[in-house]
Amino acid sequence: MRFLTDRKRAEGKGAAGSGTEHHWYMTVSGVGLAVMFPTFLIVFGRALGRDHAGVLETFSSPFVAILTGLVLVVGLQHFRKGAETMIEDYVRGMNKKFAIIFVITFTYFLMATGLFALARMAL
Amino acid sequence: MVQFTLPKNSTIRTGKTWPKPDGATNVKKFQVYRWNPDDDENPRIDTYYVDLDTCGPMILDAIIKIKNEIDPTLTFRRSCREGICGSCAMNIDGINTLACTYGIDEVEGDVKIYPLPHMAVVKDLIPDLTHFYAQHASIMPWLETKTNEPQKEWRQSIEDRKKLDDHYECILCACCSTSCPSYWWNGDKYLGPAALLHAHRWIIDSRDEATGERLDDLEDPFKLYRCHTIMNCTKTCPKGLNPARAIADIKKKLVERRF
Repeated sequence: MRFLTDRKRAEGKGAAGSGTEHHWYMTVSGVGLAVMFPTFLIVFGRALGRDHAGVLETFSSPFVAILTGLVLVVGLQHFRKGAETMIEDYVRGMNKKFAIIFVITFTYFLMATGLFALARMAL
Repeated sequence: MVQFTLPKNSTIRTGKTWPKPDGATNVKKFQVYRWNPDDDENPRIDTYYVDLDTCGPMILDAIIKIKNEIDPTLTFRRSCREGICGSCAMNIDGINTLACTYGIDEVEGDVKIYPLPHMAVVKDLIPDLTHFYAQHASIMPWLETKTNEPQKEWRQSIEDRKKLDDHYECILCACCSTSCPSYWWNGDKYLGPAALLHAHRWIIDSRDEATGERLDDLEDPFKLYRCHTIMNCTKTCPKGLNPARAIADIKKKLVERRF
């Protein structure tokens, strides 16, 4: 039994003084991805069905390589922050911490793998 | 924490079906959530039949008739019966609204009435709004000033006063907050659309001198940023207000302040 007042429960530990950077990052990266991702899909779609040399030629173009790198980094950062928010929404306690650690690790693994593959193709 | 299934003692059972009124030809079926904390029973859905020829046009008229003429144990809040007190907020036909302003003829088929969702129930259709009111109090819903009080009054231009329209009309019925999935899962920390609408009302008040402190108090991943712009709040508000827009404006002000 804890004799907490209703007001104390509502106030909790007070405001963390954060969240705005996250909100702004998601807004800006969302706008960026709305432009970059369809462009990437068109480029990627055109490379589909080509032979190995043709795909290497596509991704060795500076524009395509930079675009792909940006989609990988910005897209996966956007995914990480979104997934973290989703976990915070629905999961509690230690499970929440483990789930967030997994998402961060998985995201950076995907990002590193993608950038490595891109470097192999582009360079 | 998100819960996909009800605890065993909250599973809703089929309740009592009350007889149809004798000789009535224009009858509507009402299925009403019932739960009494004193009888140690699970919640149940009772069925009532109301003669619409001898009943007022609103849902509140029907449940008052049920209480007066059929089942006096049915418990609900009501006061003004004209959409100004917010007491009779409940979930009618899947929509959080005020029973006093929602017409019986707006419901097709049987009328299903539940208390406001995802709140602890005190009894039958009465939710426990203690935390909701405490959250409202936490946003300091009053004018904060630092300048010495003027001799007559704090003056405000007509344009600045107009900015408070669509805010001050909120009657704290809790329809918006209890329709918000973010409030369902994180209502302990997320302030919810109603409290944030009121916070915005004071942030944009030209006479208030605590704008910075008010924004400081809201800058939190849970208190404010659990709003994911689902917009159930705006869709359900029985007063036609737009809490989602108010929340978006608070976020915009926080961005403007930082960047």
